[in-house]
Amino acid sequence: MVKLEDYHSDDSIAWCPGCGNFSILKALKAALVDIQQQPHELVIVSGIGQAPKTPHYLRCNCFNGLHGRTLPVATGIKLANHKLTVIAQGGDGDGYGEGGNHFLHAMRRNIDITYLVHNNQVYGLTKGQASPTSDPGFVTKTTPRGAHSPACNPLMLAVASDCSFVARGFAGEIDHLEDLIKAGIRHEGFALIDILQPCVSFNRVNTFKWYSERIYKIDADSAYDAEDRLNAFQKAQEWGDKIPVGVIYRKQRPTLEKQFPAIADQPLVGQQIDPGTFIELLEIFK
Amino acid sequence: MQKAWLRRDRRGGAEFQTAGNLLVVEDLKRVTNKDMGPKDIFEIASNKKRGHSVDISIRIGGEAGQGIQSISSIIAKTFVRQGFYVFINQDFASRIRGGHNFDQVRISKYPVNAAAGNVHILIALDKETTRQDIDCLSDNGFLLFDENEIDFTSDNPNHFSIPFTQIASKVGKSKIMANSVALGSAIALTDFELKPLLDCLQEQFESKGSETIENNQKSATAGYDFVRQNLKTKPALKKSSAKGGRKNMLLTGSQALALGAMASGLKLYSGYPMSPATAIMEFVSSQADRYNIIVEQAEDEIAAINMVIGANFAGARAMTATSGGGFCLMVEALSLAGMTETPVVIIVAQRPGPSTGLPTRTEQGDLNFVLHAGHGDFPRAVLAPGRPEQALYLMSKAFNLADKYQTPVIVLSDQHFNDAYFTVDELDLGNIVIDRGDILTEQDLPSPHEYRRYAPSESGISPRILPGNTRAVLYADSDEHSPEGHITESAAVRNQMVRKRMQKLEGLRREIGPPDIYPAGEAELVLLGWGSTHGVIKEAVDKLNQKGVPAVMVHYSELFPFNPQHFSAPALKKSKIIAVENNYTGQFADFFSKNTGLSVDRRILKYDGRPFTSHEIVHQIKDMI
Repeated sequence: MVKLEDYHSDDSIAWCPGCGNFSILKALKAALVDIQQQPHELVIVSGIGQAPKTPHYLRCNCFNGLHGRTLPVATGIKLANHKLTVIAQGGDGDGYGEGGNHFLHAMRRNIDITYLVHNNQVYGLTKGQASPTSDPGFVTKTTPRGAHSPACNPLMLAVASDCSFVARGFAGEIDHLEDLIKAGIRHEGFALIDILQPCVSFNRVNTFKWYSERIYKIDADSAYDAEDRLNAFQKAQEWGDKIPVGVIYRKQRPTLEKQFPAIADQPLVGQQIDPGTFIELLEIFK
Repeated sequence: MQKAWLRRDRRGGAEFQTAGNLLVVEDLKRVTNKDMGPKDIFEIASNKKRGHSVDISIRIGGEAGQGIQSISSIIAKTFVRQGFYVFINQDFASRIRGGHNFDQVRISKYPVNAAAGNVHILIALDKETTRQDIDCLSDNGFLLFDENEIDFTSDNPNHFSIPFTQIASKVGKSKIMANSVALGSAIALTDFELKPLLDCLQEQFESKGSETIENNQKSATAGYDFVRQNLKTKPALKKSSAKGGRKNMLLTGSQALALGAMASGLKLYSGYPMSPATAIMEFVSSQADRYNIIVEQAEDEIAAINMVIGANFAGARAMTATSGGGFCLMVEALSLAGMTETPVVIIVAQRPGPSTGLPTRTEQGDLNFVLHAGHGDFPRAVLAPGRPEQALYLMSKAFNLADKYQTPVIVLSDQHFNDAYFTVDELDLGNIVIDRGDILTEQDLPSPHEYRRYAPSESGISPRILPGNTRAVLYADSDEHSPEGHITESAAVRNQMVRKRMQKLEGLRREIGPPDIYPAGEAELVLLGWGSTHGVIKEAVDKLNQKGVPAVMVHYSELFPFNPQHFSAPALKKSKIIAVENNYTGQFADFFSKNTGLSVDRRILKYDGRPFTSHEIVHQIKDMI
């Protein structure tokens, strides 16, 4: 029986008071306990930023690697041992800026991992520069005349990439977020959960209040069909006065792991190694 | 009296020394056929001690897409089957069709691991061959071409036009058979029997059906007969029996590297295609399902190495291979592996840089780069095989060192090594021992909550666990971290952790093997080399000794961490040291001097993208004398 205290970490938390990350951590822990995920069978892979510190604040296996390179590391871990539950975690700069190329290809591969992107539309760790998801006109020290390029829309990218699970959550809706995380982990394939999150130190525009006034839950609309890709495109485009949260798109398709006969019986880890079996291969050179 | 060339150059400074030597290299290009001559080959061939021998080189020149490689591989197989040693070097341009390429097949009764300077038979499939390659023809050598196909005429009786295409259409029922006509013609010049070639064609086209086999065999026979009937000059090349009956193996450096990795337990390969490393990925892919290996082509080299790091972290042996440019992209992750103490094996197959450079050619220009790549201090090992047997053994060593010391190991090869075909008597898989290093299991961890990933130890090695294998958890971090693996800013912990990581370098240094010294003993001249030049330097040393210039080869295949004790023999220390390297500055010579305190007297350097021949080396040393 997995209990909340099983996920307790002794590491002291280095986030600003009031940071949206606290709520996301709470939702994540609750989700892991609810699905009875054993901590030692879970790996959380993260990059660099404020969000990627998260795995230190749980008791589980953690690989905190390079900025933007979360998804390839997570892919390597999952391919080596697909019995593990693998969660990748990062921020908007980490995932949509530095790691943009890996994001596209992880969705294409449909590796069975859950990707939590803490999206606060600003760089926190480097103290307040524009991020790929900053709205146009967003003024920072590096964009004194306001961000000039349109914001990257990760959900549109995900639906266009036929990502097999596309969702958006909000740090202010902890129970709803917990449900999304559970659904993402249970989903067989790549699950993107973009999580809107206020940054109390560097984003004075997209505040808790700003998000709260705009978000609405798609789930409330029973007629919404998340398997309809055109609907999903429309929903993913919504931004501004009304911002949808919930599962935007889902599609069942084979995972990357299923493509390899090498792991049909057992994970790569634990397979016996015997150099002697290669003697027969030498014949092809004769 | 000390000979002039033996005088140690005391001017110092790599730049100055190099400039002097470069002139020598440039001069070499102007050396004509006669100066370099085939005489050295025939001298060896007729050496009384070794008895009557064979050392024939056949070059096939043409455009990409004309089937050069299929001709060379059939020739190679034909002779390997008869017990001969074959070495093929591939020289090709960076294009899929057209351009000018050649394969050079060297056939010998004794092991050969380098290209010869001259060829005895030149098969020209295009006009460019008659322009570019004619100078490499030995005095009595033959040029074979088809005047109906290429615009070339010559009154030299050894320049022999054979209607390849006409014969092919007539006898083989298709122009496609022209290459088989050429094969038969070449065999006719060597005084060897035709049958082994016909057998080889049978095997080659087995899957295409009996008609294709027959047409190829008829074409080869017709080419053979045509030469025998029309040749006015008597072939200078004599038949010689090889050991016979014994089945040698013919394989490329890439295949040897891939085989070594797979036999060492490679479970996941991720890479991004880049010449000259791609053949490694292709060979692993071809065997992946048979040996339960996952091959995943990454979106870029950054993804490739990060996937490999992830897989190694989870406990599967994983590697990637690339060339210099791709390795540039991997460097941040190299230091990630150093910091997180994750095993990782990377093959860097060098090609001439900087930047895109000469994509399909060879150089040893990335030694400094791989020795120093990455920000911050962390331990690594660098290995550089020069023969297929070394590749096999060093790949297994690379995985063992990476696992044992939980740090990156780089295997440095180059285009010449990767693409060349070598003949080996046998590959001993018994040399491959698997050492996964210190990995704890559930039984080793009575209190899982007390496990600390980066626990201090005398060796600097902290036993690791594999996620999911025990009830313990581990934190690995690219930030500086505590023994528990959590992020820290503590100065004391920082010092402790840097020392712990760097302590592993001393253990690694003890694992590094000595250089290959050939022949054993002392000599007034040491030819110093590393990596792919093993075969060519060995051959140059043989020639020098036969000419009465006592010389030994000192060849390093395990480069870093360098162990100066390996070069401590007093006799060698007194020798004059000449470095032979495929790069502009003599990167290994500098590295060697720095680590041994010995100065390298001269440097023979080549950076035109082509491999050395022993003639070039001997010629330059003659100049120094």
